[in-house]
Amino acid sequence: MPFSDEARSRLDPDADEIIGRYPRARSALLPLLHLVQAEQGHVCDDGIAYCAQRLGLTESEVAAVVSFYTMFKRHPVGEYHVGVCTNTLCAIMGGDQILAGLREHLGVGDDEPTADGKVSLEHVECNAACDFAPVVMVNWEFFDNMTPDSARELVDGLRSGAGITLPRGPQRLCTWREASRILAGFPDGQAAEGPQAGQPTLAGLRVAREHGWAAPAAPAPAGTAPAPAGTASGEGGQ
Amino acid sequence: MTDVLTPVLTAHWDEPDSFTLAAYRRHGGYQALAKAVTMPPEDIVTAVKESGLRGRGGAGFPTGMKWGFLPKGEDKPHYLVVNADESEPGTCKDIPLMLATPHLLVEGAIITSYAIKAPKAFIYVRGEVLHVVRRVQQAVAEAYEAGYIGKDILGSGYDLDLVVHTGAGAYICGEETALLDSLEGFRGQPRLKPPFPAVAGLYACPTVINNVESIASVPSIVANGAAWFAGMGTEKSKGFGIFSLSGHVTTPGQYEAPLGVTLRTLLDLAGGVRAGHRLKFWTPGGSSTPIFTDEHLDVPLDFESVGAAGSMLGTRALQIFDETTCVVRAVLRWTEFYEHESCGKCTPCREGTFWMVRVLGRLEQGEGTEEDLEKLLDICDNILGRAFCALGDGAVSPVTSSIKYFRDEYLEHQKRGGCPFDPAAATAWATGSGR
Repeated sequence: MPFSDEARSRLDPDADEIIGRYPRARSALLPLLHLVQAEQGHVCDDGIAYCAQRLGLTESEVAAVVSFYTMFKRHPVGEYHVGVCTNTLCAIMGGDQILAGLREHLGVGDDEPTADGKVSLEHVECNAACDFAPVVMVNWEFFDNMTPDSARELVDGLRSGAGITLPRGPQRLCTWREASRILAGFPDGQAAEGPQAGQPTLAGLRVAREHGWAAPAAPAPAGTAPAPAGTASGEGGQ
Repeated sequence: MTDVLTPVLTAHWDEPDSFTLAAYRRHGGYQALAKAVTMPPEDIVTAVKESGLRGRGGAGFPTGMKWGFLPKGEDKPHYLVVNADESEPGTCKDIPLMLATPHLLVEGAIITSYAIKAPKAFIYVRGEVLHVVRRVQQAVAEAYEAGYIGKDILGSGYDLDLVVHTGAGAYICGEETALLDSLEGFRGQPRLKPPFPAVAGLYACPTVINNVESIASVPSIVANGAAWFAGMGTEKSKGFGIFSLSGHVTTPGQYEAPLGVTLRTLLDLAGGVRAGHRLKFWTPGGSSTPIFTDEHLDVPLDFESVGAAGSMLGTRALQIFDETTCVVRAVLRWTEFYEHESCGKCTPCREGTFWMVRVLGRLEQGEGTEEDLEKLLDICDNILGRAFCALGDGAVSPVTSSIKYFRDEYLEHQKRGGCPFDPAAATAWATGSGR
């Protein structure tokens, strides 16, 4: 069944904007799929038909792309989609135990939502936060240095609506559909919230400061004082 | 004598507002751009060539040379595509960089676009890092507003449009030609090379694809000069890079140092392997680089030395595993990853990774035989150099290197009829883990 006129009137201006970013329309396909995922919570046949129609593709061409990318879901997932990293480093640091504990606690399989629709679970591959291992993602926000207990508390909080504190994200955890909209290229205005870095991110910089280590000073341009090191163009420094 | 650590990219990460335009300008941000747009574009290419900067995404190809391959005198538009699809297991440097100082990347992207005469550039950032996507989106918006992107940048007459594009979950899209297919709206599968992207890249137009850290290094080279950059590092591996320590180490994290630093030095700075344990094996540059052991603590971490010692510098993703870790389990899991992420385009990788998982699974369960090791090596031999792209080559690295250093441990599984290790002992919360 195609989208309602009401849904189309909401989607069309956003889709126009997305398509307008690219020299060739087909480049808009991934962000358009994020957009229909924001609309529906997953990519259903209507969403595929919509993307195909907007880009002049066949539905099978779009479906072939959808099935290639793990972030596109063909079935509903939870309002909060939880990903546990079980690539080697996180797995060894405890990701395997975290995933096993959550599976048992929630009683769901991969990508399957709980009966209340609140939480779904999958194992994810390396999410580029290995210095915070083991890592859990919720709607693609980082939850660092997790344990089976803290992971269980996290999903319980997600289900009960308790306040969730994001270690490296905005003040409020957005929903799966809200996250998909940001990925389609429509910011939610929360970029300035949350810290600039986690503790491991700063580990080397701290050591450098303790020892007074820095990159060599930049050569002084004619007629100016030598610049301190460690800055892009020689101003400031520590 | 250069200092042990040389924070440049990471120099201001500890300032709480480091991701804002105001903070970036406080430290001279966008002054390199102001300088660049007064220079002939060719001079910037020359400066980056002379700096010796080599690609920081793993392959280590000279960045300036890559830019120099763009054909001259054609009427097709040029494109810059920034590869921000960081997903090589163990690699975790670009994501914190974009979270803390996205303007460093944005300024580098603008200067690079100017140098290669591109009217349009894309930052392809992986989708699974929402707050990083927000920060990059905001930095680009701020740069537009400040007149650093858009029409007639800083009065130079140069116009640039910069688009943030998010991926959707596929490791293979970090391969540059697969990334291009993905950016064109297709399944992310690698293309046959040649033609290389410099000749026929995005929309079959001349395209430069560079890693985040490479691009973020450009403003400092333009501002401080090629000689300044080349004064750090080794003869053939010049400059600084971010080294990412993770796993069984007391203080994991990001350490920015000249290329050529050793793991022994970095481990010392990071408080060593976690208390009460000793180093067993490690990756110098992500899971696709053959593992090293405690024999290799003094190998200088530069492209040449790591290569000569039998591995690759890769992305400087130093994943540290102590003696509680089962190497068979570790390798099986990496191989499962490659099986899952194989795009399916070529047979050696698609079928080879599938069968390696079966054989490794059997070995890990203690149901394998010594012949299985030979079978694994034979499969590796049929993937290495025969796969369509580097994913296949990467998939064999952990298998062959672990059999080389830990053959007995594979056989011990068979003798015992199971894994001799307790997974609980390896966790971050294990008693006496020192964390």
